[in-house]
Amino acid sequence: MKVTTVVVASVALGIVLVTVFLVGIRTNEVGENGSNIQPRSINIAGSTTVLPITQLAAERWMNAHPYDTINVSGGGSGVGITSLIEGRCDIATSSRRAKNIENERAGGRLVEHKIALDALAVIVHPSNPVNSLTLEQIKKIYTGEIRNWSEVGGPNLTIAVYTRETTSGTYESFHELVMRGENMSSSVLTTMSSGEMRQIVSTNPNAIGYVGISYISGVKALAVNGVLPTKQNILNGTYPISRALYMYTIGEPSGLAKEFIEFVKGPEGQRIVEEKGFVSLT
Amino acid sequence: MRRRDSCRSREKTRGRPFFFPSGITKRVFSGKTVTGLFATFSIFFVFLIFIFVFTQSIPVFTNIGVTNFILNHKWLPTAHPPSFGIAPMILGSLLVTSLALAVSVPLALFGAIYISEIASSKVRDLLKTTVEVLSAIPSVVYGFFGLVVLVPFIQRFFGLPTGQTALTAGLVLAFMILPTMLSIIEDSLRAVPNEYREASFALGATKWETIKNAVIPAASSGIVGGVLLGLGRAIGETIAVMMLSGGAAVIPTSIFSPVRTMPATIAIEMGEVSFGSLHYSALFGIGLVLFAITFAVNFIANWIISRKVRRVAR
Repeated sequence: MKVTTVVVASVALGIVLVTVFLVGIRTNEVGENGSNIQPRSINIAGSTTVLPITQLAAERWMNAHPYDTINVSGGGSGVGITSLIEGRCDIATSSRRAKNIENERAGGRLVEHKIALDALAVIVHPSNPVNSLTLEQIKKIYTGEIRNWSEVGGPNLTIAVYTRETTSGTYESFHELVMRGENMSSSVLTTMSSGEMRQIVSTNPNAIGYVGISYISGVKALAVNGVLPTKQNILNGTYPISRALYMYTIGEPSGLAKEFIEFVKGPEGQRIVEEKGFVSLT
Repeated sequence: MRRRDSCRSREKTRGRPFFFPSGITKRVFSGKTVTGLFATFSIFFVFLIFIFVFTQSIPVFTNIGVTNFILNHKWLPTAHPPSFGIAPMILGSLLVTSLALAVSVPLALFGAIYISEIASSKVRDLLKTTVEVLSAIPSVVYGFFGLVVLVPFIQRFFGLPTGQTALTAGLVLAFMILPTMLSIIEDSLRAVPNEYREASFALGATKWETIKNAVIPAASSGIVGGVLLGLGRAIGETIAVMMLSGGAAVIPTSIFSPVRTMPATIAIEMGEVSFGSLHYSALFGIGLVLFAITFAVNFIANWIISRKVRRVAR
């Protein structure tokens, strides 16, 4: 084999591939001769907790409706509502209710759409005799004030405290609903995903962790303040580590924004909600 | 020499693709130009990556200061106010890497001596192939194996609150870098000319004395190279270490402490960090420190090797 032949051949192959790729995209763009359909587009910004739901829902929607574009970005609940008020997006997602001051800035025209519930289960090894903790006890375990299971009625074992990486939505929810502004001790252990958290807690009798409530097989979910994280308790609001997730629009939505919100609240959207580890509204 | 000549002459007669006139092919696509171009290209990319990492990490160094970034022991990137100190990660990386080397260097060295100098050719082929298969296992598989098997074992054996420790990560890492190290050391031992061994035997040396006094010194630069390649891989290994080390950003107090390494921090947090924030810049800052450490390691290695060569030459 001569170097020159190989090089020229690979360059030629590259050109062919690039051409095929570009042509492929072009035909995709033109295809299906739907000349009457107007391309539509909306922007969605806001909570990183809601992001996985919106992202997957937008993907599914765009697959079914190739002429619609839905741009999804994060930034946080506050950022989302601010850009909604300033007209930079059509739908804001939020993991908290809009504040009064935000509604005033929007001229009192913010419309709230509840799309899902978010609940976290606090999990331990199945052999752990502890069945229930208070919010205060959980918080003290994560700040490092409580270090041994015997302090909360369990066996004499050091607690291995597991958290999620600080940029995850699950961490953010836990930080807000349980820690309430206090920092966790730096010696808490970090896991990368809910699956890994479950794997670790299910094999370590010392461990405590938290996951979205779809991840509790093989581990024991604790009652918090005496309330178990069942679907019913979450829906009626008695389980303390839960909150509603919202979408906000200025005025009643119309067009693609309206259709998309209805899609998310509908059966297919609620399936996505469950798929992503949240609790559906029904 | 002869082969080269025949290659040249063939190139002259039909060494050009049909769609280029001969003059252009000769000038633009001559082997020298092409290889030179590719070499420049790869260096160019490394350089680009370095520039990118450097510019992205500037904000964290100007806002926090280089010494504060490196020596501070609190890593609270999303707290109010945030704190970006990477001392726990630097120490974590160094601890895990040195544990891995402490286990793998003796294994690789003695394994390579056995395969190269002692084993029969049949055994050698079998071992060499097996070792090469080991190096093809993806690191996430090592990580998962460690998580399911080694982590519970370490926890029970030493009676610890968690089996995710520096030791666990170091042990698995040792077996991950072993094949590469063993392979390179073995190659460099095999490359020692047989005359050295024969001369040593002729002086009345035993097999072990020959290995110790003739073969290993002659192969020393290859051995150092192999160890450093292993070190480079160990310090940069991300996913397996992340799964096994526990990821607590505290300064380790013993080999049974959970630790977090520099690459793990980048991988854990880069996914959802908000673009352009100080946190984002701090992650690139960690990358830059990692860069600096590997550069230093390479520099020291070259220095050691060149000093060795000079001494041998004398």
